Amino acid sequence: MNALKYLGLALFYVGGTSLLVIVFPHSLPAFLAFQSSLLLLYYLPLSPRLRVSLAFVVLAFLMPLIGSINGYYLEIAIQVGIFVALALGLNIVVGMAGLLDLGYVAFFAVGAYLWAIFGSSQANEFIPSSWIQFPLAPSWFFVFLLLGVVAGACTGFILGLPVLRLRGDYLAIVTLGFGEVIRVLANNLDKPINLTNGPKGITPIQRPPLFFQPLLEDLGFSISTPALYSLYFYFLVLLVVTAVITATRRLDHSPIGRAWEAIREDELAAASMGVPLIRMKLLAFATGASFAGIVGVIFSAKQYFINPESFTFMESIGVLAMVILGGMGSIPGAILGATIVTVLNLEVLKGLSLWLNTLRNSGLVLSLPFVGDYALSQLPAQLEPAKYERLVFGIIIVIMVIFRPQGIWPARRRLGKVGRT
Amino acid sequence: MEFALTLFPQVLVDGLVLGFMYALIALGYTMVYGVLQFINFAHSEIFVTGAFVGVEILLGFQSAGVLAGIPSWVLLPILVIAGMTASGFLAVVVERIAYRPLRNAPRLVPLLSAIGVSFVLQDAIRFMESIWRNAFYLTYPPLQGLDRRIQIGSTFDISVKSLVVIGSSILMLAALSFLVNKTKMGRAIRAVAQDPQTASLMGVDVNQVVSLTFLIGGAMGGAAGVLFGIQYTLISPYTGFIPGIKAFTAAVLGGIGNIPGAMVGGLVLGLLESFSASYLSLLTGGAFGAEYKDIFSFLILILILILRPKGLLGEVVGEKA
Repeated sequence: MNALKYLGLALFYVGGTSLLVIVFPHSLPAFLAFQSSLLLLYYLPLSPRLRVSLAFVVLAFLMPLIGSINGYYLEIAIQVGIFVALALGLNIVVGMAGLLDLGYVAFFAVGAYLWAIFGSSQANEFIPSSWIQFPLAPSWFFVFLLLGVVAGACTGFILGLPVLRLRGDYLAIVTLGFGEVIRVLANNLDKPINLTNGPKGITPIQRPPLFFQPLLEDLGFSISTPALYSLYFYFLVLLVVTAVITATRRLDHSPIGRAWEAIREDELAAASMGVPLIRMKLLAFATGASFAGIVGVIFSAKQYFINPESFTFMESIGVLAMVILGGMGSIPGAILGATIVTVLNLEVLKGLSLWLNTLRNSGLVLSLPFVGDYALSQLPAQLEPAKYERLVFGIIIVIMVIFRPQGIWPARRRLGKVGRT
Repeated sequence: MEFALTLFPQVLVDGLVLGFMYALIALGYTMVYGVLQFINFAHSEIFVTGAFVGVEILLGFQSAGVLAGIPSWVLLPILVIAGMTASGFLAVVVERIAYRPLRNAPRLVPLLSAIGVSFVLQDAIRFMESIWRNAFYLTYPPLQGLDRRIQIGSTFDISVKSLVVIGSSILMLAALSFLVNKTKMGRAIRAVAQDPQTASLMGVDVNQVVSLTFLIGGAMGGAAGVLFGIQYTLISPYTGFIPGIKAFTAAVLGGIGNIPGAMVGGLVLGLLESFSASYLSLLTGGAFGAEYKDIFSFLILILILILRPKGLLGEVVGEKA
């Protein structure tokens, strides 16, 4: 009986909020409410099968439907998906194995540049055109998804091999250095051989093949190509995120996951219990890096253009803030953290910027005490709330580590079986 | 080859200027590390705060129309002392708010907090300058007499600016050495660095010493900030990141926690960087140029940490503190 009641509530909320978004396609609160319906689904005591199928309906049908009404929301959903996958990858390194990686974005960059170089005419610069002509055909994209995993894992392995013996804080600084090295290399490897095209970046990057377009047309759907690509990337990201979540969950509940946890809690004790420290740490590093690698490939295909500016230290810390916000070592935490931070940056900060612009153009004059009359058009133009991502990341990190170090969605096993000492 | 030789004195001076700047900043890292075994990642923003205080004073004087009337030997101490005060107090406040509650947390937690503070401070500075001046990239106005160059020999001249930076750095490093080695306060700092528990049993107020360490380290960073502004003129809230990382490299290079080590490490790194920036493209026939100088420092950092983590002068830091 109760189960029916909860099911009713879930259906009501999901239906209601999606209707709201459809009726008010430009209302931010409506979209936020719709996004939170997934959270509600997770919390309601529904049977697992019911919960998964409802979530599937929301993600696979309602979201694309909403996205076809307001394309920007689909863009947000794609970005959220990308960051969820990144946060899950970093969560393995930082949260599960307890290795602070401050250069995580480097692996993302490796994946992104991998497809960008071979999926555009860039590779012609250093591979003779008599041999093979670039860009590669769009269908190679799927091969490169796998190659992205491999490249990410290899980079993680190569970096990890020398540095994983270092103590925690030194490891953090070295990974930071590595992240910067990759960015500087991307910035400067336009000579002696033009590998990355330097600060100008690479464009146009090949997109994945639209093999189903004729089929859709036969069925009578006519969707414009850009909208189709948006939907395409949305489902691609959804698929990858599902795969990443599954992989992380399996790892978490495996001996490997327990070994990581043991290393995180007490390295010395773990080693004396026979946990192979270096091998396990390398595995954590390589797994986390491989997630970033595959997402990087998708990112460059989606963006159509990449340059080193997308792979700064700030991005690494942004992903770290997501993990810390959600709760280190917690899978739902990483997902939630990534969603909240991305939504804050893309919706709330941008919304504030737009609002400030409206104020500026409104021509209003305020009478303030002490200051006197103040025309809103005088608001400093440099004051762009959308640019204050660092502030968001910083405040989240400081507040969380001081007041709620376990995150807003703490990892369960840590509280349950190990207990707190 | 001829060219390389005529370049040499200028490269040396540039390296010394850079090196002393790194040394001043590195002191903040190394002192805090010595006392708390923790990397104060926000120190680069403490340094930038000094630079911004300096530029605000100069721009204030300029808009009041008195800048041209004040001789540099009066202006410089004002700037440096103001920068030191602001940065020193900011460092103390940051420690109180963001680090002290985490004193007993696992080792990496205060580092995370420090990274957060660093980001918050960057955007806080940006926010304030955006409101106040509608710009956050600011330029130091030229100071009277400082841009003059003194001719030495027939091929080489040195700017007064560089001499001033080198001179005041040496002065401050000497004052710090005196403070740490010869005064009661310095003895308390060294005692806490060695063993906080025993020190507190001997009647040393550990919290006070920690605050003092942040004050001194922050003040050195602030002074470096002002000097940086005078030397390189353009500053932004994000200027601190690279010098901060390099100063940290310098601290590690000299042996972190070791005060003379930070000075030596700063100088070595400054010289290495200056020479690699100038000679790398000569040596490689133009294939790799000055743009790789940042990578060069990072590689040094990585190599030192892997091969000789206790640094050149070597202070052994506990393996698992």
